[in-house]
Amino acid sequence: MNTIVITIISLSLIGVLAGVILFLIAQKFKVFEDPRIDDVEAVLPGANCGGCGYPGCRNFADACVKSENLDSLFCPVGGNDGMVKVAAVLGRAAVAKEPTVAVVRCSGNPDYRMRTARYDSAPTCEIASGLFAGDTACSYGCLGLGDCEAACDFDAIHMNPLTLLPEVIDDKCNSCGACVRACPKKIIELRKRNKKDRKIFVSCVNQDKGATARKACSVACIGCKACQKVCEFDAITIGNFLAYIDPVKCRLCRKCVEVCPTNSILEINFPPRKTAESELCLTEISPN
Amino acid sequence: MKTFRKGGVHPAENKISSGSSILDLPVPGLVTVHLSQHLGVPAQPVVDKGDSVRTGQLIAKSAGFVSANIHSPVSGTVQKIEPVPDITGYPKMAIVIEVRGDEWIETIDRTDTIVRPDKLSREEIIARISEMGVVGMGGATFPSHVKVSVPKGKKAEILIINGVECEPYLTSDHRLMLEKGEEILIGAGFLMRALPVDQAVIGIEKNKPDAIEHLRKLSSGYPGIRVEPLKVKYPQGGEKQLIKAITGREVPSGGLPIDVGAVVHNIGTAFAVYEAIAKNKPLFERVVTVTGKSLAKNANFKVRIGTPVSSLIEAAGGLPDDTGKVISGGPMMGRALPGLNAPVTKGTSGIVVMKANESVRKTVMNCIRCARCASACPMGLEPYFLMSLGDARRWEEMETARALDCMECGSCSFTCPSNRPLLDYIRIGKTNVNRILKARKS
Amino acid sequence: MSATNLLTVSHSPHEYTSESVQKIMYRVLIAMLPAFAVSLIFFGLGALIVTAVAVVSCMLFEYLIARFLLKIKPSLWDGSAAVTGVLLAFNVPSNLPVWMIVVGSLVAIGVAKMSFGGLGKNPFNPALAGRVFLLISFPAQMTSWPKAVESRFAYLDATTGATPLGILKEGLKNGQPMSDLMKDLPEYSQMFLGNMSGSLGEISALALLIGGLYLIWKKVITWHIPVSILGTVVLFTGLLWLINPDQYTDPLFHLLAGGIMLGAIFMATDMVTSPMTPAGQIIFGIGIGFITCLIRIFGAYPEGVSFAILIMNALVPLIDKYVKPKRFGEVRKNG
Repeated sequence: MNTIVITIISLSLIGVLAGVILFLIAQKFKVFEDPRIDDVEAVLPGANCGGCGYPGCRNFADACVKSENLDSLFCPVGGNDGMVKVAAVLGRAAVAKEPTVAVVRCSGNPDYRMRTARYDSAPTCEIASGLFAGDTACSYGCLGLGDCEAACDFDAIHMNPLTLLPEVIDDKCNSCGACVRACPKKIIELRKRNKKDRKIFVSCVNQDKGATARKACSVACIGCKACQKVCEFDAITIGNFLAYIDPVKCRLCRKCVEVCPTNSILEINFPPRKTAESELCLTEISPN
Repeated sequence: MKTFRKGGVHPAENKISSGSSILDLPVPGLVTVHLSQHLGVPAQPVVDKGDSVRTGQLIAKSAGFVSANIHSPVSGTVQKIEPVPDITGYPKMAIVIEVRGDEWIETIDRTDTIVRPDKLSREEIIARISEMGVVGMGGATFPSHVKVSVPKGKKAEILIINGVECEPYLTSDHRLMLEKGEEILIGAGFLMRALPVDQAVIGIEKNKPDAIEHLRKLSSGYPGIRVEPLKVKYPQGGEKQLIKAITGREVPSGGLPIDVGAVVHNIGTAFAVYEAIAKNKPLFERVVTVTGKSLAKNANFKVRIGTPVSSLIEAAGGLPDDTGKVISGGPMMGRALPGLNAPVTKGTSGIVVMKANESVRKTVMNCIRCARCASACPMGLEPYFLMSLGDARRWEEMETARALDCMECGSCSFTCPSNRPLLDYIRIGKTNVNRILKARKS
Repeated sequence: MSATNLLTVSHSPHEYTSESVQKIMYRVLIAMLPAFAVSLIFFGLGALIVTAVAVVSCMLFEYLIARFLLKIKPSLWDGSAAVTGVLLAFNVPSNLPVWMIVVGSLVAIGVAKMSFGGLGKNPFNPALAGRVFLLISFPAQMTSWPKAVESRFAYLDATTGATPLGILKEGLKNGQPMSDLMKDLPEYSQMFLGNMSGSLGEISALALLIGGLYLIWKKVITWHIPVSILGTVVLFTGLLWLINPDQYTDPLFHLLAGGIMLGAIFMATDMVTSPMTPAGQIIFGIGIGFITCLIRIFGAYPEGVSFAILIMNALVPLIDKYVKPKRFGEVRKNG
């Protein structure tokens, strides 16, 4: 009986002593942090994806608290709703940004773009592009090794094993930009999200002369300027034999898609056209 | 016999073409001369589309201190100046010339007689090397006039001529030593006067006893120059390993050979220096070994730069059916070509046609921590560790692990029993570490 | 260049040695043949059953776990599971029941190897982990040693006796003087050949030495680990023996008795669980030798090699972190 009592008393004393020591040390070495950082962090998504440009959500919260205004700070995962919450915590004005989505600007599957070599090195796009221009006829096109898929924290982009091209799942994409940074060919772009996820864009990044580009891939942009001529909204610029559609100026009228001779401009999530030409257009209803 | 102690591997020598004397490859119909035939700033064209050019005429000018002149390898008309895919497939600016005839500029001495100009001053020698566009012929293509311009505060004590040719299959340097030995020694003499140093050592691997014998005999007439036979071990031809074997000194990490008083030039460069100074001939052609186990003809061709690789393969009897890879350079450090259209450059030492079963990469397995890669690394690095850092994208730690010391010799990947692509990841690490260093400076 | 004959592009180098993991593992198996032959000579039937069961169950567990649990491609024929099986068998007595061997294999392959990620990822020597698990779980069966030669045609009912180290430990505990004990211990020449009680693989120093020389000749292992282990043991025990020969036996006894030769040549040299640099390997070997002697002489167990190796395995990442190879042109900063 005695031993039990002694044990209980001595262990309790040790416990209390340890607790007191820990408390004193915690107080002595306490780091003062603005409590608002915790509050802001609580309303952030907590994905720690780096899409905001800061290493982790807590650092972003820290930046929000310490900056004068929220103009240059944006969390793509939380989006505009998330920034409204952050603004509410800090008592500042929220700046709404145009929602964007990742778009893959290459359609060169093996049917359109011939394979000209066999790649047999470590299977990452970064390593392949450091070695050579690619195992296809186009030295600008997608390498198909999936660095974009590996970089995505949100399961929003996957390599299609048949086309050897990446496909974005619009609903899951929150524009953090990881795939854009991962692609060594700079093929993926963050473009303005439209109603019903409709998109019109030039699905090509080839900057070679028209004839060279066309020989490399049958759906390449040849820089013929036909699209620029029909655009009523001045949305199309041509540089280095490559057309680019400004997503902000574009009104989705689809005139450029009709006139592109190589079907390089894609229209996504539009209802099918009524004319016979629609058979020739590359309309994808929705990526599955 | 002297050698470097740390690391090294022993790939099969396969010097199939060592008995073939140098043959002139006929001039092709079209040549593509890239403006970047050398390390450093690409040259700037001094001709326009439509211009007529003659063999040896200056067509692009050096565009900085570390840059070099480029001279036309053929006579004909400039067809276009635009980006054309090089051996990597990436389009780079090039001068494409349609060949007509083979008219050389008059100033070049085309005879074979040995000439020994000895009245040139140090500055004149360096100026001539620069004017004639001589670059390192071992493959690195570092502008030679920069290498002989010793920076202030450093002193050159010894010139080392690299006749090692440690890469399997390649024999262009070997043939050059046998057929142009006298010229090489005179060229070495010019380099000695340019630095200036009073001693030069020609390092030759033991598997070329005829070259060692021949140059030893000739060098008795050249005070200050001696031949040093070296143990056969790859990569003895790496300049740091060569300096270590011959002088016993180690070039410090992050430093240059001149830091230990040594300057290394390839045997082909010494020959090019002779031609530049004694024959007034700019650098526009070189000896390229064309070899492979299944090739009908293994040869050492004298090729004009800009000649498409397909011409060389054709001259060797055509591409065999069992071809897996065509390599520009040697099988250890060379570049696998995605196609045969790319042109020969000043740095193309050989074209090796490898059979599919010779060059196939087997299934990658887990690292079994056998440390063979670390034993093989001549720079004392830990390739297994660098690869796992590279795979995890931990670039700063790769910098601390001295990834930049890696000379990309390939000994690690060569020796790995698990077939791990060690060098692939080390290379990507070096690229990213350099990117970080550049960002830090700015 | 036809469409079907595309050129292959990869980073250099474009040729490779013919070395492979399989070749290394098979060389280890060949090196273990002399010891296996000796175990058949002295333990006969038991040795055959134990080794066969260990090898088959190790390979089976590796296949099942890889294919059904981890859902990765099983690399059964690389030889590593077979090597683990033989080494596990070498570390147990020849009358160990089949089900215990199977349990040991499951721990060795499943817990000590596959749960860390398979080949090359394990921090601890799998065979030793299995053996120590068996020793702690089934101490009675794991310390009943069949007598050499006498037990040749028996398996579970083999006549048992104590190992030389066991005789020593017990005798010293009972206060017997060394001169008395030496009479009970076998002749050194017999111990060298293997005529003594012990686990399957540890008995014959001669057979193990032959295997070790073969491994060094074929460049599978280097001299650093075996020499530093055995050297440390000789120094440690030699020192004690010189100080008090009545209390401590001579170093030669310690080399021939127990599993130190097996441990030094085959277990500690396992490349996955040993340091990457020669200097690190020497530190590793010294540690193993030291801990082995501590346990043998001052500890409760008669033999301590397995524990010593496992403890040093745990320190290998630390050794690898601080002992790096000397770089070419290393610039040493002064001040």
